[in-house]
Amino acid sequence: MNQIPALIRVFAYLSLLTVGGGMAAFPELKTLTVEVHKWLTFPQLIHLYSVGQMAPGPNMMMIVAIGQWAAGGLLGALIVLIAFFGPTAVLAFIVARGWKKLEKWPWRTSIQEGLAPVSIGLLLAGCFTMAKGAITGVETAAIAVGVLLILLHYKINPALLVLGGAVIGVLSFMPK
Amino acid sequence: MSNAALNPAVESPPAAPPVAAQASIAQIFLEFLIIGATSFGGVVPYLRGSLVTKRGWINDKEFVEMLSISQSLPGLNATNMAILVGEKLRGAVGSIAAIIGICLPGAVLMYIVGIFYRIHGDHVWITAALKGVAAAAVGLILSTVVSMSKKSLSGKFDFVFIALTVIAVNRLHLGVPRTLIAVGLLAILFHRPRKQQKESGTQ
Repeated sequence: MNQIPALIRVFAYLSLLTVGGGMAAFPELKTLTVEVHKWLTFPQLIHLYSVGQMAPGPNMMMIVAIGQWAAGGLLGALIVLIAFFGPTAVLAFIVARGWKKLEKWPWRTSIQEGLAPVSIGLLLAGCFTMAKGAITGVETAAIAVGVLLILLHYKINPALLVLGGAVIGVLSFMPK
Repeated sequence: MSNAALNPAVESPPAAPPVAAQASIAQIFLEFLIIGATSFGGVVPYLRGSLVTKRGWINDKEFVEMLSISQSLPGLNATNMAILVGEKLRGAVGSIAAIIGICLPGAVLMYIVGIFYRIHGDHVWITAALKGVAAAAVGLILSTVVSMSKKSLSGKFDFVFIALTVIAVNRLHLGVPRTLIAVGLLAILFHRPRKQQKESGTQ
Protein backbone atom coordinates (compact mmCIF):
# COMPACT_ATOMS: atom_id res chain seq x y z
CA MET A 1 0.00 0.00 0.00
CA ASN A 2 1.31 3.42 -0.90
CA GLN A 3 2.00 5.30 2.32
CA ILE A 4 3.46 8.43 0.73
CA PRO A 5 0.28 10.59 0.74
CA ALA A 6 -0.41 9.64 4.36
CA LEU A 7 3.19 10.45 5.33
CA ILE A 8 2.93 13.88 3.72
CA ARG A 9 -0.40 14.64 5.43
CA VAL A 10 0.69 13.45 8.86
CA PHE A 11 4.06 15.16 8.96
CA ALA A 12 2.94 18.44 7.39
CA TYR A 13 0.21 18.54 10.03
CA LEU A 14 2.58 17.67 12.88
CA SER A 15 4.94 20.35 11.63
CA LEU A 16 2.47 23.09 12.52
CA LEU A 17 2.03 21.78 16.06
CA THR A 18 5.68 22.08 17.05
CA VAL A 19 5.28 25.36 18.92
CA GLY A 20 8.22 25.66 21.28
CA GLY A 21 9.90 22.47 20.07
CA GLY A 22 9.42 19.05 18.53
CA MET A 23 8.22 17.51 21.78
CA ALA A 24 5.07 19.64 21.66
CA ALA A 25 3.83 17.47 18.80
CA PHE A 26 4.74 14.21 20.53
CA PRO A 27 1.24 13.25 21.78
CA GLU A 28 -0.13 13.78 18.28
CA LEU A 29 2.89 12.05 16.73
CA LYS A 30 2.14 9.02 18.87
CA THR A 31 -1.57 8.98 18.01
CA LEU A 32 -1.00 9.28 14.26
CA THR A 33 2.04 7.12 13.67
CA VAL A 34 1.34 4.41 16.27
CA GLU A 35 -2.43 4.19 16.65
CA VAL A 36 -3.86 5.48 13.36
CA HIS A 37 -1.31 4.38 10.75
CA LYS A 38 0.57 1.70 12.72
CA TRP A 39 3.88 2.59 11.10
CA LEU A 40 5.65 1.59 14.30
CA THR A 41 4.93 0.59 17.89
CA PHE A 42 4.93 2.95 20.87
CA PRO A 43 8.13 1.46 22.34
CA GLN A 44 9.81 1.84 18.93
CA LEU A 45 8.73 5.48 18.76
CA ILE A 46 10.12 6.15 22.23
CA HIS A 47 13.36 4.38 21.36
CA LEU A 48 13.86 6.32 18.14
CA TYR A 49 13.03 9.64 19.79
CA SER A 50 15.42 8.95 22.66
CA VAL A 51 18.27 7.78 20.46
CA GLY A 52 17.65 10.94 18.41
CA GLN A 53 18.59 12.96 21.49
CA MET A 54 22.15 11.75 21.04
CA ALA A 55 22.32 12.79 17.40
CA PRO A 56 23.61 16.25 16.50
CA GLY A 57 21.43 18.82 14.76
CA PRO A 58 17.68 19.49 15.10
CA ASN A 59 16.29 16.97 17.57
CA MET A 60 13.41 15.49 15.55
CA MET A 61 15.55 13.76 12.93
CA MET A 62 14.15 10.43 14.10
CA ILE A 63 11.19 11.11 11.80
CA VAL A 64 13.53 10.07 8.98
CA ALA A 65 13.47 6.54 10.33
CA ILE A 66 9.65 6.52 10.43
CA GLY A 67 9.47 7.64 6.80
CA GLN A 68 12.01 5.07 5.79
CA TRP A 69 10.07 2.27 7.50
CA ALA A 70 6.62 3.34 6.40
CA ALA A 71 7.40 3.88 2.74
CA GLY A 72 10.45 1.70 2.42
CA GLY A 73 13.65 3.58 1.83
CA LEU A 74 15.13 6.89 0.94
CA LEU A 75 12.06 8.35 -0.77
CA GLY A 76 9.96 7.96 2.37
CA ALA A 77 12.68 9.58 4.46
CA LEU A 78 12.99 12.56 2.10
CA ILE A 79 9.23 13.01 1.84
CA VAL A 80 8.91 13.07 5.62
CA LEU A 81 11.71 15.62 5.97
CA ILE A 82 10.19 17.97 3.41
CA ALA A 83 6.67 17.57 4.81
CA PHE A 84 7.85 18.15 8.37
CA PHE A 85 10.25 21.04 7.82
CA GLY A 86 8.73 22.65 4.74
CA PRO A 87 5.61 24.33 6.17
CA THR A 88 7.32 25.82 9.23
CA ALA A 89 10.30 26.88 7.11
CA VAL A 90 8.04 28.83 4.77
CA LEU A 91 6.23 30.36 7.74
CA ALA A 92 9.50 31.35 9.41
CA PHE A 93 10.68 32.85 6.14
CA ILE A 94 7.54 34.99 5.78
CA VAL A 95 7.76 36.08 9.39
CA ALA A 96 11.46 36.90 9.00
CA ARG A 97 10.46 39.30 6.25
CA GLY A 98 7.58 40.88 8.16
CA TRP A 99 8.64 40.77 11.80
CA LYS A 100 10.62 44.00 11.73
CA LYS A 101 7.54 45.85 10.53
CA LEU A 102 5.61 44.41 13.44
CA GLU A 103 8.04 45.82 15.96
CA LYS A 104 5.66 48.60 16.93
CA TRP A 105 2.62 46.31 16.98
CA PRO A 106 1.72 45.95 20.67
CA TRP A 107 0.22 42.47 20.23
CA ARG A 108 3.57 41.11 19.13
CA THR A 109 4.76 41.06 22.73
CA SER A 110 1.40 39.65 23.83
CA ILE A 111 1.76 36.76 21.41
CA GLN A 112 5.29 36.03 22.58
CA GLU A 113 4.37 36.25 26.27
CA GLY A 114 1.18 34.26 25.78
CA LEU A 115 2.70 31.44 23.76
CA ALA A 116 5.62 30.97 26.16
CA PRO A 117 3.63 29.17 28.90
CA VAL A 118 1.56 27.24 26.35
CA SER A 119 4.67 25.93 24.60
CA ILE A 120 6.14 24.92 27.97
CA GLY A 121 2.84 23.17 28.75
CA LEU A 122 2.92 21.33 25.42
CA LEU A 123 6.51 20.27 26.06
CA LEU A 124 5.50 18.96 29.48
CA ALA A 125 2.46 17.18 28.04
CA GLY A 126 4.68 15.55 25.42
CA CYS A 127 7.06 14.53 28.17
CA PHE A 128 4.25 12.89 30.18
CA THR A 129 3.04 11.05 27.10
CA MET A 130 6.51 9.71 26.56
CA ALA A 131 7.03 8.96 30.25
CA LYS A 132 4.00 6.63 30.22
CA GLY A 133 5.98 4.37 27.91
CA ALA A 134 9.50 5.08 29.10
CA ILE A 135 9.13 5.09 32.89
CA THR A 136 8.21 1.54 33.70
CA GLY A 137 9.50 1.12 37.22
CA VAL A 138 11.67 2.43 40.02
CA GLU A 139 14.89 2.04 38.03
CA THR A 140 13.79 4.05 34.99
CA ALA A 141 12.25 6.71 37.25
CA ALA A 142 15.56 6.95 39.09
CA ILE A 143 17.46 7.43 35.82
CA ALA A 144 15.08 10.21 34.71
CA VAL A 145 15.24 12.02 38.05
CA GLY A 146 19.01 11.58 38.15
CA VAL A 147 19.44 13.13 34.71
CA LEU A 148 17.08 15.98 35.63
CA LEU A 149 18.96 16.78 38.85
CA ILE A 150 22.38 16.59 37.20
CA LEU A 151 21.28 18.92 34.37
CA LEU A 152 19.78 21.41 36.82
CA HIS A 153 22.90 21.59 38.94
CA TYR A 154 25.80 21.07 36.57
CA LYS A 155 26.74 22.36 33.17
CA ILE A 156 27.15 19.11 31.31
CA ASN A 157 26.37 18.09 27.75
CA PRO A 158 22.93 16.40 27.82
CA ALA A 159 23.91 14.03 24.99
CA LEU A 160 26.53 12.53 27.32
CA LEU A 161 23.88 11.89 29.97
CA VAL A 162 21.61 10.16 27.46
CA LEU A 163 24.60 8.02 26.49
CA GLY A 164 25.14 7.39 30.20
CA GLY A 165 21.52 6.22 30.32
CA ALA A 166 22.42 3.58 27.73
CA VAL A 167 25.28 2.32 29.87
CA ILE A 168 23.11 2.18 33.01
CA GLY A 169 20.43 0.48 30.93
CA VAL A 170 22.78 -2.30 29.84
CA LEU A 171 24.07 -2.72 33.39
CA SER A 172 20.65 -2.87 35.05
CA PHE A 173 18.16 -4.26 32.53
CA MET A 174 20.12 -7.10 30.94
CA PRO A 175 18.43 -10.40 31.71
CA LYS A 176 20.72 -12.41 33.96
CA MET B 1 27.57 28.25 -6.80
CA SER B 2 29.65 30.16 -4.28
CA ASN B 3 29.58 33.92 -4.43
CA ALA B 4 26.01 33.94 -5.68
CA ALA B 5 25.87 37.71 -5.90
CA LEU B 6 23.16 37.47 -8.53
CA ASN B 7 20.62 36.40 -5.93
CA PRO B 8 17.67 38.75 -6.47
CA ALA B 9 16.26 38.08 -3.01
CA VAL B 10 19.02 40.15 -1.41
CA GLU B 11 18.03 43.76 -1.56
CA SER B 12 21.06 45.01 0.37
CA PRO B 13 19.37 47.59 2.56
CA PRO B 14 21.77 50.37 3.52
CA ALA B 15 21.22 49.72 7.23
CA ALA B 16 22.56 46.15 7.04
CA PRO B 17 25.92 45.71 8.76
CA PRO B 18 28.70 45.23 6.20
CA VAL B 19 29.97 41.95 7.64
CA ALA B 20 26.68 40.19 6.98
CA ALA B 21 26.97 40.73 3.25
CA GLN B 22 30.21 38.76 3.05
CA ALA B 23 28.63 35.34 3.58
CA SER B 24 28.38 33.36 0.36
CA ILE B 25 25.82 30.62 -0.16
CA ALA B 26 28.57 28.00 0.03
CA GLN B 27 29.87 29.46 3.30
CA ILE B 28 26.37 29.50 4.78
CA PHE B 29 25.77 25.89 3.78
CA LEU B 30 29.14 24.78 5.15
CA GLU B 31 28.77 26.63 8.44
CA PHE B 32 25.31 25.17 9.09
CA LEU B 33 26.54 21.74 7.99
CA ILE B 34 29.26 21.95 10.63
CA ILE B 35 26.72 23.02 13.26
CA GLY B 36 24.44 20.18 12.16
CA ALA B 37 27.25 17.67 12.51
CA THR B 38 28.73 18.81 15.81
CA SER B 39 25.86 20.18 17.91
CA PHE B 40 25.49 17.28 20.33
CA GLY B 41 23.09 17.94 23.16
CA GLY B 42 21.28 21.03 21.85
CA VAL B 43 21.78 23.30 18.89
CA VAL B 44 21.35 26.80 20.34
CA PRO B 45 24.74 27.24 22.07
CA TYR B 46 26.50 25.96 18.95
CA LEU B 47 24.53 28.40 16.78
CA ARG B 48 25.60 31.29 18.94
CA GLY B 49 29.24 30.21 19.06
CA SER B 50 29.38 29.79 15.32
CA LEU B 51 27.25 32.63 13.95
CA VAL B 52 27.96 35.34 16.51
CA THR B 53 31.39 34.56 17.93
CA LYS B 54 33.22 32.75 15.13
CA ARG B 55 31.71 34.25 11.98
CA GLY B 56 30.29 37.55 13.18
CA TRP B 57 27.43 37.21 10.72
CA ILE B 58 24.94 38.47 13.29
CA ASN B 59 25.48 40.26 16.59
CA ASP B 60 24.33 39.08 19.98
CA LYS B 61 21.26 41.29 20.07
CA GLU B 62 20.11 40.01 16.68
CA PHE B 63 20.73 36.47 17.86
CA VAL B 64 18.52 36.87 20.93
CA GLU B 65 15.85 38.58 18.85
CA MET B 66 15.87 35.81 16.23
CA LEU B 67 15.78 33.15 18.92
CA SER B 68 12.71 34.68 20.52
CA ILE B 69 10.99 34.76 17.13
CA SER B 70 12.00 31.12 16.55
CA GLN B 71 10.52 30.10 19.87
CA SER B 72 7.13 31.65 19.30
CA LEU B 73 6.72 30.16 15.82
CA PRO B 74 5.85 26.55 15.10
CA GLY B 75 8.92 24.63 14.03
CA LEU B 76 12.09 23.60 15.81
CA ASN B 77 14.33 26.35 17.16
CA ALA B 78 17.26 24.97 15.20
CA THR B 79 15.54 24.98 11.81
CA ASN B 80 13.72 28.27 12.40
CA MET B 81 17.04 29.88 13.32
CA ALA B 82 18.57 28.47 10.12
CA ILE B 83 15.77 30.04 8.08
CA LEU B 84 15.99 33.41 9.86
CA VAL B 85 19.78 33.68 9.69
CA GLY B 86 19.91 32.37 6.11
CA GLU B 87 17.26 34.89 5.09
CA LYS B 88 19.14 37.75 6.67
CA LEU B 89 22.43 36.81 5.02
CA ARG B 90 21.33 35.76 1.54
CA GLY B 91 17.55 35.79 1.21
CA ALA B 92 15.58 32.70 0.15
CA VAL B 93 18.59 30.79 -1.21
CA GLY B 94 20.46 31.50 2.03
CA SER B 95 17.56 30.05 4.03
CA ILE B 96 17.47 26.91 1.92
CA ALA B 97 21.25 26.43 2.15
CA ALA B 98 21.14 26.88 5.93
CA ILE B 99 18.25 24.51 6.66
CA ILE B 100 19.62 21.75 4.41
CA GLY B 101 23.04 22.16 5.99
CA ILE B 102 21.80 21.93 9.56
CA CYS B 103 19.49 18.96 8.87
CA LEU B 104 21.70 16.84 6.65
CA PRO B 105 24.15 15.24 9.14
CA GLY B 106 21.48 14.30 11.72
CA ALA B 107 19.14 13.04 9.01
CA VAL B 108 21.80 10.78 7.48
CA LEU B 109 22.75 9.52 10.93
CA MET B 110 19.15 8.76 11.95
CA TYR B 111 18.54 7.09 8.59
CA ILE B 112 21.37 4.68 9.34
CA VAL B 113 20.22 4.28 12.94
CA GLY B 114 16.72 3.48 11.64
CA ILE B 115 18.03 0.68 9.43
CA PHE B 116 20.23 -0.70 12.19
CA TYR B 117 17.47 -0.49 14.80
CA ARG B 118 15.01 -2.27 12.55
CA ILE B 119 17.38 -5.21 12.14
CA HIS B 120 18.92 -5.37 15.61
CA GLY B 121 16.39 -3.49 17.76
CA ASP B 122 15.20 -6.56 19.64
CA HIS B 123 18.58 -7.84 20.78
CA VAL B 124 18.56 -8.06 24.56
CA TRP B 125 21.44 -5.70 25.17
CA ILE B 126 20.03 -3.09 22.79
CA THR B 127 16.61 -3.30 24.43
CA ALA B 128 18.28 -2.86 27.81
CA ALA B 129 20.35 0.11 26.64
CA LEU B 130 17.35 1.78 25.00
CA LYS B 131 15.32 1.44 28.19
CA GLY B 132 18.01 3.51 29.94
CA VAL B 133 18.26 5.94 27.03
CA ALA B 134 14.50 6.58 27.00
CA ALA B 135 14.43 7.19 30.75
CA ALA B 136 17.37 9.59 30.46
CA ALA B 137 15.59 11.41 27.62
CA VAL B 138 12.57 11.97 29.89
CA GLY B 139 14.89 13.56 32.46
CA LEU B 140 16.42 15.71 29.72
CA ILE B 141 13.02 16.97 28.54
CA LEU B 142 12.01 17.77 32.13
CA SER B 143 15.18 19.81 32.56
CA THR B 144 14.28 21.72 29.39
CA VAL B 145 10.84 22.43 30.89
CA VAL B 146 12.48 23.82 34.04
CA SER B 147 15.03 25.98 32.23
CA MET B 148 12.42 27.32 29.80
CA SER B 149 10.14 28.17 32.72
CA LYS B 150 12.96 30.11 34.38
CA LYS B 151 13.83 31.99 31.20
CA SER B 152 10.68 32.76 29.29
CA LEU B 153 7.79 33.15 31.72
CA SER B 154 6.62 36.67 32.42
CA GLY B 155 4.65 36.09 35.63
CA LYS B 156 3.51 33.59 38.25
CA PHE B 157 0.08 33.34 36.62
CA ASP B 158 1.70 31.73 33.57
CA PHE B 159 1.89 28.47 35.55
CA VAL B 160 -1.91 28.32 35.28
CA PHE B 161 -1.59 28.25 31.49
CA ILE B 162 1.07 25.54 31.70
CA ALA B 163 -1.25 23.47 33.90
CA LEU B 164 -4.25 24.08 31.63
CA THR B 165 -2.24 22.96 28.61
CA VAL B 166 -1.07 19.76 30.26
CA ILE B 167 -4.58 18.94 31.53
CA ALA B 168 -6.13 19.62 28.12
CA VAL B 169 -3.67 17.33 26.32
CA ASN B 170 -3.07 14.53 28.82
CA ARG B 171 -6.33 14.38 30.81
CA LEU B 172 -9.07 15.77 28.55
CA HIS B 173 -7.38 14.43 25.39
CA LEU B 174 -8.38 17.53 23.45
CA GLY B 175 -5.46 17.07 21.10
CA VAL B 176 -2.58 19.46 20.56
CA PRO B 177 -4.24 21.73 17.92
CA ARG B 178 -7.38 22.52 19.92
CA THR B 179 -5.34 22.97 23.08
CA LEU B 180 -2.94 25.26 21.29
CA ILE B 181 -5.74 27.43 19.96
CA ALA B 182 -7.87 27.50 23.12
CA VAL B 183 -5.20 27.97 25.79
CA GLY B 184 -3.02 29.98 23.40
CA LEU B 185 -5.75 32.53 22.75
CA LEU B 186 -6.56 32.70 26.45
CA ALA B 187 -2.91 33.30 27.34
CA ILE B 188 -2.41 35.88 24.58
CA LEU B 189 -5.53 37.76 25.74
CA PHE B 190 -4.24 37.61 29.31
CA HIS B 191 -0.99 39.20 28.13
CA ARG B 192 -2.85 41.72 25.95
CA PRO B 193 -1.27 45.13 25.47
CA ARG B 194 -1.90 47.34 28.50
CA LYS B 195 -2.63 51.05 28.44
CA GLN B 196 0.76 52.10 29.76
CA GLN B 197 2.98 51.02 26.90
CA LYS B 198 6.25 49.55 28.01
CA GLU B 199 9.07 50.64 25.71
CA SER B 200 11.25 47.87 24.30
CA GLY B 201 8.62 45.14 24.30
CA THR B 202 11.01 42.17 24.18
CA GLN B 203 12.81 41.77 27.44
